[in-house]
Amino acid sequence: MSTTAPAKGVTGSILTSATEGSANTANAPFGHALVRAAEKNPRIVGLTADLGKYTDIHVFAEKFPTRFFQMGMAEQSLVGCACGLARTGFVPFATTYAVFATRRAYDFIAIGAALGRANVKIIAGLPGLTTGYGGTHQGIEDLALMRSVPNLTVIDPCDATEVAQATTAIAEHDGPVYMRLLRGQVPVFLDEKTHRFEIGKARLLLDGADVAIISTGLMTGRALEAAKDLAASGVRAAVLHVATIKPFDTAAVGALLARVPRVVTAENHVVTGGLGSAVADLAVAEGLPIKLRKVGIPDCFCESGSLPWLAKHYKMTAADIATSAHDVLK
Amino acid sequence: MSTLTSAPDVAAIRQRAHTMRRHVLHMAEIVGQGYVGQGLGIADLLAVMYFSELRFDPANLKWADRDRFTLSIGHYAIGLYAALAEAGIIPLGELDTYGADGSRLEMSAPETTPGVELTGGSLGHGLTQAVGMALGLRLDGKSARVFNLLSDGECQEGSTWEAAMAGAHHKLDNLFAFIDCNNQQADGAPSRVMGIEPIDKKWEAFGWHTQRVNGNDPAAILHALAAAKAAPGRPHAIVLDTLMGRGVPLFEQREKNHFIRVSPEEWTIARSQLEEAK
Ligand SMILES: Cc1ncc(C[n+]2csc(CCOP(=O)(O)OP(=O)(O)O)c2C)c(N)n1
Repeated sequence: MSTTAPAKGVTGSILTSATEGSANTANAPFGHALVRAAEKNPRIVGLTADLGKYTDIHVFAEKFPTRFFQMGMAEQSLVGCACGLARTGFVPFATTYAVFATRRAYDFIAIGAALGRANVKIIAGLPGLTTGYGGTHQGIEDLALMRSVPNLTVIDPCDATEVAQATTAIAEHDGPVYMRLLRGQVPVFLDEKTHRFEIGKARLLLDGADVAIISTGLMTGRALEAAKDLAASGVRAAVLHVATIKPFDTAAVGALLARVPRVVTAENHVVTGGLGSAVADLAVAEGLPIKLRKVGIPDCFCESGSLPWLAKHYKMTAADIATSAHDVLK
Repeated sequence: MSTLTSAPDVAAIRQRAHTMRRHVLHMAEIVGQGYVGQGLGIADLLAVMYFSELRFDPANLKWADRDRFTLSIGHYAIGLYAALAEAGIIPLGELDTYGADGSRLEMSAPETTPGVELTGGSLGHGLTQAVGMALGLRLDGKSARVFNLLSDGECQEGSTWEAAMAGAHHKLDNLFAFIDCNNQQADGAPSRVMGIEPIDKKWEAFGWHTQRVNGNDPAAILHALAAAKAAPGRPHAIVLDTLMGRGVPLFEQREKNHFIRVSPEEWTIARSQLEEAK
């Protein structure tokens, strides 16, 4: 066999989150925020399914070993057990990857947690294209699945600031929550002094009259970047960040759609059933005449690859958002 | 087509396992990290399977009467690719593309790769599908067998035991499960994460003809396979005690070795250790 030089573009970042060249990052924002919440509330407990090191809950486990339960690689048992803890008055945070939480333990989330509004927090790693692994590990349709479960709150934070704030908020919130996790070294672009995450509230991060970019999760960082590029070519873009997918902030989204009817949605998720669909539903229900382009993962299982390659391959970059904005303005 | 006609040549199998370990190091070095420990640890089993036990035709991978080898643990792909290349199912040179953007040799094996029977990696699927394959082959009157490779971590998934129950209930003696007990999973040793022992007793209690052997000894694996085939009426479990990183002391001794990160200068050491250990 030949001894070739390392191939280019290998999936080196396979098990770490993409920092997207961000100058400013924070380490394990979820783990540290959970520790702060748990210092205040002794009823908070943590669980994982053999992914403690990979979902940042190891920070909590080291600090509160007696309040942490390792459930082994068994996601149905993980969620079911969390529901049981909730029924005895605890506030369980259960972590695994998005694919295993939603695909493997869906029934347990729907019936165990959501139906009776058990106070369970499901924290789901590797959302969308944040892993180089293929179809088995990329949680590309979890928002669609979770958004359709009654009683569930669904959150997709955009950076480390928001991951931390959302963790605090859901610890205080009484009811079942599904939150997508950005783990490891997570980019920071929201100012913790001025940004205020609130369950159910969208935030207008930038105003502009030409095109409305409505985004969620890590795509909000790319939306802000796209808005900068658009400004350079004379297009004024608004960026509305919708961190809570459910309950959906119909007031804020509806007001923006009415004011700026050229719309681009951007989500780290398949374009079916997620944020783009929620926006389209609302526009139809309100009779708002919008023109919409959805940026997101196409209707397919994705390949393996490095994160930058995947983002380009599936047209998920800031440049792709800008292209869609120009397109929707035609 | 390779068929088992004469007594297996253990020395030849050991040589194949050694060559496969070289391939594993080569692939891992290109990526710079990964599931090296698993690939090295499972090479002996894969050498037995692909060079003694499995009936398959590299020129006709869809041959309906072939034995099925199903890799439940998709992340062991690095080991399987080494075997598939040695067996002539994928070109040797293609191993250079392991883990590269756009490559067929993804780090977790997908069924779109030649020779990969099902998409594992979401752990706990493999045995359920292996049961279905064994039922299907039996219904068609075929003598082909199904061999599923599981991990110790996978024994924590409920679906594994649902399938184990079904295999015994339907008396699938054309079904074989290898359980790779390398004493490691993502968060550490199973005994600390979620105890599974005594794992052989569990398979036995579920109605499987069960044996436990040194999974790094090809002769012991061959012996267990012969004993399994002589026990009709039940599915067969062979628990393999293996050493992660087997053949490369540098990796054998590494503590957190589920996913190894390796510095560039360590590869030279690893390669020479492998040749010395031979
Ligand atoms: C259903 C499922 N849950 C979690 C994971 C994440 N995961 C990947 S490998 C792994 C460890 C599994 O244990 P094992 O196969 O025994 O690990 P190894 O021997 O490779 O260290 C985990 C938890 C997964 N792939 N599938």
